[in-house]
Amino acid sequence: MNVLGFADDNLILAQRLSEWVAAAPDLELDIAVANIALDHLGVARALLTHFGDLEGKGRTEDDLAMFRSERELTNLLICEQPNGDFGQTIARQLLFDSYQVGLWEKLAGSPDEVLAAVASKALLEARYHWQHSATWTERLGRGTEESNRRMQSGLVALARYVDEMFDEHQDLRRGFDERLTPVLDESRLVLPKDPFPRRGGRRGMHTEHLGHLLAKMQSLARAYPGVQW
Amino acid sequence: MREAKFRALLEAEEKVESTDWMPEEYRQTLIRQIAQHAHSEIIGMQPEGNWISRAPSLRRKAILIAKVQDEAGHGLYLYSAAETLGVNRDQLMELLHSGKQKYSSIFNYPTLSWADMGAIGWLVDGAAITNQVMLKRCSYGPYARAMVKICLEESFHQRQGYEIMLTLCNGSAEQKAMAQDSLDRWWWPSLMMFGPHDSESTHTEQSMEWKIKRVSNDELRQQFVDMTVPQADYLGLQIPDPDLAWNEERGHYDFGPIDWDEFWAVVKGHGPMNRDRIEHKRKAWDDGAWVRQAAAVSSAVAGSA
Repeated sequence: MNVLGFADDNLILAQRLSEWVAAAPDLELDIAVANIALDHLGVARALLTHFGDLEGKGRTEDDLAMFRSERELTNLLICEQPNGDFGQTIARQLLFDSYQVGLWEKLAGSPDEVLAAVASKALLEARYHWQHSATWTERLGRGTEESNRRMQSGLVALARYVDEMFDEHQDLRRGFDERLTPVLDESRLVLPKDPFPRRGGRRGMHTEHLGHLLAKMQSLARAYPGVQW
Repeated sequence: MREAKFRALLEAEEKVESTDWMPEEYRQTLIRQIAQHAHSEIIGMQPEGNWISRAPSLRRKAILIAKVQDEAGHGLYLYSAAETLGVNRDQLMELLHSGKQKYSSIFNYPTLSWADMGAIGWLVDGAAITNQVMLKRCSYGPYARAMVKICLEESFHQRQGYEIMLTLCNGSAEQKAMAQDSLDRWWWPSLMMFGPHDSESTHTEQSMEWKIKRVSNDELRQQFVDMTVPQADYLGLQIPDPDLAWNEERGHYDFGPIDWDEFWAVVKGHGPMNRDRIEHKRKAWDDGAWVRQAAAVSSAVAGSA
């Protein structure tokens, strides 16, 4: 199982979500988004540490998070996409959560005991995340003309990153559709089929956004390598 | 009659509740103070939020996100406490954005290095706790109760800030220099957090009579200095005050004069970050208007269904 890939998905998504802290549309959302970011960060830390153990070269979570370049990160492209407006963020979260709930359900039965344990706990969190993004999708989709338009634009912008999520897990596509479609229908929104899907994150072929995210995230750790913080 | 009952509550050290009669000036003083406190929590998210993306380790990142999230939570309790006095959160936001209500001036200084995450926890939260422990005994019930949980979390924040400083001071020479530079920049603004001298403070006397405030600005400042100097010694850092010395006779530390010109300049909006803080806040609020509007429409529809 691709432990590092799953770790990177959560790391990069946590980094993106945390950009909303102190900038969300209201206080309750500040708190909610911070919570979700923390959940993903927690999963990332557990899986990075686990990968380091499996690899056996003594690399820690911080070695892996702070000292790999954008060609070495293996997250799915959807995770690194900029937050955009709140509608685009919710679109990204809904798509990713709809995928991740199914992923954790599957990995909870993994023969890798550590991965299975992380997945079992993360599944409970992912269900909450999905509930949050589904609720907000409905609010925005059915709210005002503007909120519907913005949410729809978010889906259009992200549609081309959807197929990549299933390259390694074709079997998760059906569950994804079953979670997603009723929410979109209820919200008067559609996920268009993009004829030119982008892929490559797992091979380190990223969009240009990731380099900027890493430049920021890793700047301090790389400026003073080898010290304790 | 009503006035006498109110006085009797204060006298008996019982809490005034939102349903009790209270003098209008008491109500206004509390609204002003609680709102200012709530705004401070919210604006205070920015200087620390500034380092979330760049936190040097994942552990530090997680702690910092959780800390800033706690501050949003404090803001929520405090706005709720203010709402018991007959104002609503949107009104208070408007007063913050228009500059009619203030927040703690300390947040008008920039966070320029990672060590500032340590100094803010250690000094700024330390000063805040010194102030807030007394507020747990405030005569107004909803405010006093909100302070109980807030104080617990602030004390945790202070310890995590000190732990950042300790790690830096035990680290490389560059890290220790970073910590010293941060103390140099945050020390005096932290002392200013307690407000003007008692002789200059316009609200102190009345607030003490009403038992909203229980200890004077100068006494609190002295408590803070006495508590903090040994902590700086333990870190091996130098407090940037040549006049700082233990006074055996008083049983307290003496310290040098505060630059009140700087204090008033920042209060009046001319600190390094006053404009940026409010602009950031207002922009986030304005950018989110369509989201809040959509939520309001959708809950109205749900309510009528």
